Amino acid sequence: MKSIIAENLVKTYRNGEVKALDGLNLDVEEGTVLGILGPNGSGKTTTVRVLATLLKPDSGHATVGGIDVLKNPKAVREIIGLSGQYAAVDETLTGWDNLVMFGRLYHLSSADAKARAHELLQQFSLIDSAKRPIKTYSGGMRRRLDLAASLIIRPKVLFLDEPTTGLDPRGRMEMWSVIENLVKEGVTLLLTTQYLEEADQLADDIAVIDRGKVIARGTSDELKSQVGGERLEIIVAENDIKSAQEIIDRVTGSKSFIDMGLRKISAPVKDGSQSLIEVVRQFDTAKIHALDLAMKRPSLDDVFMSLTGHAAEEVSTEGVSKKKGGSK
Amino acid sequence: MRGLSDALVITKRQLQQLIRVPEVLIFNTIQPVMFVLLFRYVFGGLGAGIPGGYVQLLMPGIFVQTVTFTLAATAQGLAQDMEKGLIDRFRSLPIARSALVVGRTFGDGLLNIVVLVVMGIAGFIVGWRPTSGVLKITEGFLMLLFFGYALSWAGIFAGLISKDSRVVANVSFLFTFPLTFLSNAFASTTSMPKPLQYVAEWNPVSTMVAAVRQLYGFHNKFGVTANSYPSQHPITMSFIYMFVVMAIFIPLSVRRYNRAGDRK
Repeated sequence: MKSIIAENLVKTYRNGEVKALDGLNLDVEEGTVLGILGPNGSGKTTTVRVLATLLKPDSGHATVGGIDVLKNPKAVREIIGLSGQYAAVDETLTGWDNLVMFGRLYHLSSADAKARAHELLQQFSLIDSAKRPIKTYSGGMRRRLDLAASLIIRPKVLFLDEPTTGLDPRGRMEMWSVIENLVKEGVTLLLTTQYLEEADQLADDIAVIDRGKVIARGTSDELKSQVGGERLEIIVAENDIKSAQEIIDRVTGSKSFIDMGLRKISAPVKDGSQSLIEVVRQFDTAKIHALDLAMKRPSLDDVFMSLTGHAAEEVSTEGVSKKKGGSK
Repeated sequence: MRGLSDALVITKRQLQQLIRVPEVLIFNTIQPVMFVLLFRYVFGGLGAGIPGGYVQLLMPGIFVQTVTFTLAATAQGLAQDMEKGLIDRFRSLPIARSALVVGRTFGDGLLNIVVLVVMGIAGFIVGWRPTSGVLKITEGFLMLLFFGYALSWAGIFAGLISKDSRVVANVSFLFTFPLTFLSNAFASTTSMPKPLQYVAEWNPVSTMVAAVRQLYGFHNKFGVTANSYPSQHPITMSFIYMFVVMAIFIPLSVRRYNRAGDRK
């Protein structure tokens, strides 16, 4: 059964000048995780805001948990949890006060709200900071508390809008493990991110969006295979480049590409590690010293690049160390 | 009833904020008390010939001024919630959409009670002696609270349309400061230039000040002619003003709040 369906959503701003959503279609199978991947301004947040009943689209149709988002928003709010880009909690209050307050607003009894607050603080390793004001929390702790607040009623469908944007690597890792545990419990999750490795890590299925439209959809492997197979990447000293390239071209049987600045030679390969071993053997004979050598599968960066013709974000292949936007 | 209990959860949140950041309450109280002392001793001489002295005239004026200034705090608090994305969370909850703003108007009303009590005590210490009896005095305070409540809806609207919480407090102050001074609150309107006398005559603050003075046993005519309707019937006219303010700003605020998701 489909837990989330969005059909042909259109949302424009400033009298149609800015198209935030331009006929967006989506569906998410119950109990699975869909990662919406796209750069800033591609429509990720607008999509979430429409599905979470915060924003009315100009046209289109959407259901969440089988309930019509436009016709019955209040019933949708009973089954969803939303955690946005910025920790939407009261900073002057303590973690405890916040969770009890939101519990009361979900119409739990005072005792139930307190019990649930305790449970969530424990689950998210915040119990020691429960009685401290949120403004003393680290970025990662705030996000966890924000996520906890969206889980008070054990929502069937959870929306996480860029849950790790602005977090440091450690905060991000912690957030990932928290989200992975949630997914194990069977919640349907729609997650937006501009971090390619985040979608890779957390999502069963990925929808790449650009300019308010889904431009590709599939598992991480499916998307990567659209771009092509494995590549051999070798870095050598500058005066070895020419002879190294000859060896690589001969072994792989394809035309290699040289990045002179990085002194990197890369070539597509078909038989994987066999080619790698053969190249190393011939380098040895030719007395070429490889400074770095690796088999690379295409990253989602490459996928995004080949789908949209522009990069998803400032590139760095180290993954978790990259950071975009200030921490809020 | 559920809408009301949701609103009360929000009100409770505001009280918790006051406990966490007691400075807010302290400064909200110090400022009006300071005004009481300053005006009482700096302008005390203006009261020559007034039975009981200038302070009898001053206290109702400063009460009305203080509840008027609360509007800025209401606006700022709401604007902060908008900035921090807290409004999105509230709007994604299965609660009445009015709960957040209604809860805040209640909370600011409670703050007004505390501030008015402290000011009343300060006034008493410096010689304010209302002569009308406990019932009328209580009526006066209730009317002040209701006036503050009506105005807080203007604050709600200002907060909802604001783009920056730091700016909205200043802008609100730019409106409320002249509003409270272009009135009979601190000085007789007859000494003003003629055009300003008309402004003061129809300024809701003047009417309200006159109403409260009347309830505290001090009849005070004001305005160009001193027999205009606001001057003759300040209590009735004040209620009319309050209902007009609410009739304008409640629907505007509700409309704006429902469209708060549209901002980008």
